[in-house]
Amino acid sequence: MSVKSVALPIRIRRFNPGAWRNVVAGWPLNLKIGLTMLMTIALAGIFAPVLTPYDPIIGDFQNALDPPSWEHPFGTDNVGRDVFSRVLYGARIDLQIGFIATYVPFIYGVALGAIAGYVGGWFDTLLMRLVDITIAFPFLVIIIVILAILGPGIQNMYIAVFAAGWTIYTRLARAEMLVIRQQEYILAAQALGYNRMRIIFRHAVPNLIGSSIVFSMSDFVLNILLASALSYFGIGVQPPAPEWGAIVTDGRDWLLQAWWISTLPGFAIIFTGVAASLIGDGLSKIISQRNTPVL
Amino acid sequence: MSDIVLEVKDLSKAFEMPRSLFDALRGQPTRKLVGVDQVSFKIERHETLGLVGESGCGKTTLGRCILRLQQPTGGSILFEGQDITRASERDLQPVRRRMQVVFQDPYSSLNPRMTVRQMIVEALRFHKICSRAEEDAYLERLLKTVGLNIDAADKFPRAFSGGQRQRIGLARALAVQPAFLVADEPVSALDVSIQAQVLNLLTDLRDEFGLTMLFIAHELSIVRHVSTRVAVMYLGQIVETGTTDEVFENAQHPYTEGLLRALPRPEPKRRDRKIALEGDIPSPMNVPKGCRFHTRCPIAQEICRTKTPPLRQLSPTHHVLCHLRPTPDWNPAILA
Repeated sequence: MSVKSVALPIRIRRFNPGAWRNVVAGWPLNLKIGLTMLMTIALAGIFAPVLTPYDPIIGDFQNALDPPSWEHPFGTDNVGRDVFSRVLYGARIDLQIGFIATYVPFIYGVALGAIAGYVGGWFDTLLMRLVDITIAFPFLVIIIVILAILGPGIQNMYIAVFAAGWTIYTRLARAEMLVIRQQEYILAAQALGYNRMRIIFRHAVPNLIGSSIVFSMSDFVLNILLASALSYFGIGVQPPAPEWGAIVTDGRDWLLQAWWISTLPGFAIIFTGVAASLIGDGLSKIISQRNTPVL
Repeated sequence: MSDIVLEVKDLSKAFEMPRSLFDALRGQPTRKLVGVDQVSFKIERHETLGLVGESGCGKTTLGRCILRLQQPTGGSILFEGQDITRASERDLQPVRRRMQVVFQDPYSSLNPRMTVRQMIVEALRFHKICSRAEEDAYLERLLKTVGLNIDAADKFPRAFSGGQRQRIGLARALAVQPAFLVADEPVSALDVSIQAQVLNLLTDLRDEFGLTMLFIAHELSIVRHVSTRVAVMYLGQIVETGTTDEVFENAQHPYTEGLLRALPRPEPKRRDRKIALEGDIPSPMNVPKGCRFHTRCPIAQEICRTKTPPLRQLSPTHHVLCHLRPTPDWNPAILA
């Protein structure tokens, strides 16, 4: 028997700047502000070599522990590295952590949850018990245990966050699927003979993904904070990589002499957190009032 | 020559209620909810069978079993001579194209994240109805037949009113050129002023495309307008069936009589203000013994509480499930 391949009827909309402007105009203010903030950080990371002449890793011992000045806006640390440069380069690492640690579990969790909610039966039962078991362990404990087994490092951190983080998306997607699969448009798709995967991913998932997207924005912030915390414990990003949490950790021994080493990178974390929260708020507003087109 | 499109034999659908672990360990049987109980009927080509009954009597379940959206627990369904009761989803695909459905709720029957074009083109490509080059023309023609403009194609469902949404749902069903249509209360969620429009559209298209139809409704006046034959359902069983005239002019089952009496009549002088039907439909988890209707029947007698009623034939088309009807003095000549 051969499996028939059926092309998905996706219609490519021609890019129309006017229409795009209308869509953006319909967005809530906090979404616009949040996106602008996040873009600022991303651009700062991308253009770090242009924005600052200093190397984020190699220090200049002549200028150790200099307070903020025009030369060094965030001061220098104990080995004479420019903290501002480290924060800019750190944006690369932290945004990468935010995205990978959030959206890999997101895709996996939503897909599994959607399938489980749709097909039900033993697959659903088994998967949800696995979710229960995973959730029963304290989040940070699982991550530390996995990192203790695999060893510290950014890749192992992704594995650990993934192992603990997919469950919430599975739950969210499954719960929404249980509602959606009763909807008549899903029955109509069944009556047209569409196969399960088409119904799940083309007809149901676009309608259930909203709550997961909103949640993922707060997860994004939490994952950056988690990465900082793990760096602080010494099992996350390894020095001398300029991860924000690691920079804060480096500065804690010098807090009384050089407050800027820990404090100013801390603001970068807060700034990113606020940006992601604003985006999450804005998106949830859009999703709750389904009359506004999202895209 | 009779050309039977759909034949349903002893079709049953019972839902098992979830039982607690404690009950399961005590060996208590699972409780069953009767959806459809041993229903049999045939629909000939170009016929419209109207299926009426109160909400909860199993009309929708019956329709969904026929469409195989729910798996029946007993009996069989023959569609154009082919037994589809246990056909796999793969074997069903050609059948799905021949058999389509229009749903009740215009607000949940269209995917909010797909444009009209996406919905219909997906169906066309999936069932290979026409070549890609012909799609636009096909879509335009299809929308026109349901009374919509081609401008509607690239809009999302939220841009439409309830009546327009039902038209889109109808277009989606007709896109694959079905022979048989299950219309599951297609107008009961609409404003009365819109109901007539959609209903007329439905009957026009039925005649134009030669559709055979199972029309599910709870409003008798609508069923009378649309159907060639009528089946009255009560608690999962068909209690009376006949041509539209037989059922409306010569109702035999007390339940049908009750439903008919509940119809508003434009005759203020005639004051038979007997209460049409008393009480509520009994729980489908605990179906009454004997005749299922005896708890509400105005003429019930001892036999009705104990013995299951027989299916009596009044004419080749008219059947009634009752101990007491037709009455012994009933004379078939009055029909003529």
